[in-house]
Amino acid sequence: MALMRLFAAVLLTLAGSVVAAGIELREFDDPVMEQRYRDHTSSMRCPLCENQAIDDSDAPISGDMRERVYQLLQDGQSDIEIINHMVQRFGEYILYTPRLENRTSLLWGLPIGLVVLGMLVVVLMVRARRNASAKALSAEERARLDALINRERSS
Amino acid sequence: MTRRLLLLLLPIGFVGIALFLYQGLGRDPSQRDSALMARDFPAFEASTLRDANRQGDQSLLTGEVTLVNVWGEWCPACKQEMPQLLELADNGIRMVGINYRDTREKGLEFLSEFGDPFEVNVFDPEGSMGFDLGVYGAPETFLVDADGVIRYHHKGYVSPEDVRERILPEVEKWR
Repeated sequence: MALMRLFAAVLLTLAGSVVAAGIELREFDDPVMEQRYRDHTSSMRCPLCENQAIDDSDAPISGDMRERVYQLLQDGQSDIEIINHMVQRFGEYILYTPRLENRTSLLWGLPIGLVVLGMLVVVLMVRARRNASAKALSAEERARLDALINRERSS
Repeated sequence: MTRRLLLLLLPIGFVGIALFLYQGLGRDPSQRDSALMARDFPAFEASTLRDANRQGDQSLLTGEVTLVNVWGEWCPACKQEMPQLLELADNGIRMVGINYRDTREKGLEFLSEFGDPFEVNVFDPEGSMGFDLGVYGAPETFLVDADGVIRYHHKGYVSPEDVRERILPEVEKWR
């Protein structure tokens, strides 16, 4: 049992070092800069591997993109400038969170539209039901109801 | 009556959205267009592969419709598409190569082994030109018109069918 555990630990350590091999270590003096670097590299998709962020990918292009993000941060560029810089070259595709523009209006608008539509349907149904119950008694029914109530009272 | 119509709208809407989303599922995300389509070829300044002292820039690509092929010695598909590129050059199409993430030695070796359809090769060992072009894996081929604007982009291996059915018609279109 103990041997198994040791074996597993060794395997895990090896696996960890293999994964880490492709991703370089970067030192930042400024913790804000470091956070921005992490945010950018975790929110950009590797153009080659499709379902990996560039901070998680061993593809050469991801390494180049991390390096470029780092350089642009060092040059003092703003977040929007960095994103534009990358999108100009690799397209909207690399953004995990697509920007709000005409082409993506359906993507962003559809959920909101559906919620509004759903609320409208609920309001209409509730109203219809309320009207229906308020109007439920016809003159004839009312007369019968009165008769019943009066019978209760008089007895 | 109106209520029934309203209720009918719900399944219709659902089917509409489902169909719209379904056709997106069938698309191949690796066949997306280059972000540089219909834009100027990015400015560059680099030495040529054969002569480290000769500099070239984006003006290399103006004046005539040019096919720009991004290749490297390390890339197997680049070797396979060389016969097609040689055929294109034989058809009188101007070809310019970008030797991407390679060494001079290996790049020249590649050209002597597989043939050289290129009028000139630009040497891009760091891949910085490739980066500005949005290249994320060789081979990639760009069609640049006489004004230096990118008009067509082919990602990956160029097959003989691609030459006949896509590249030659595009070259004719922009000439």
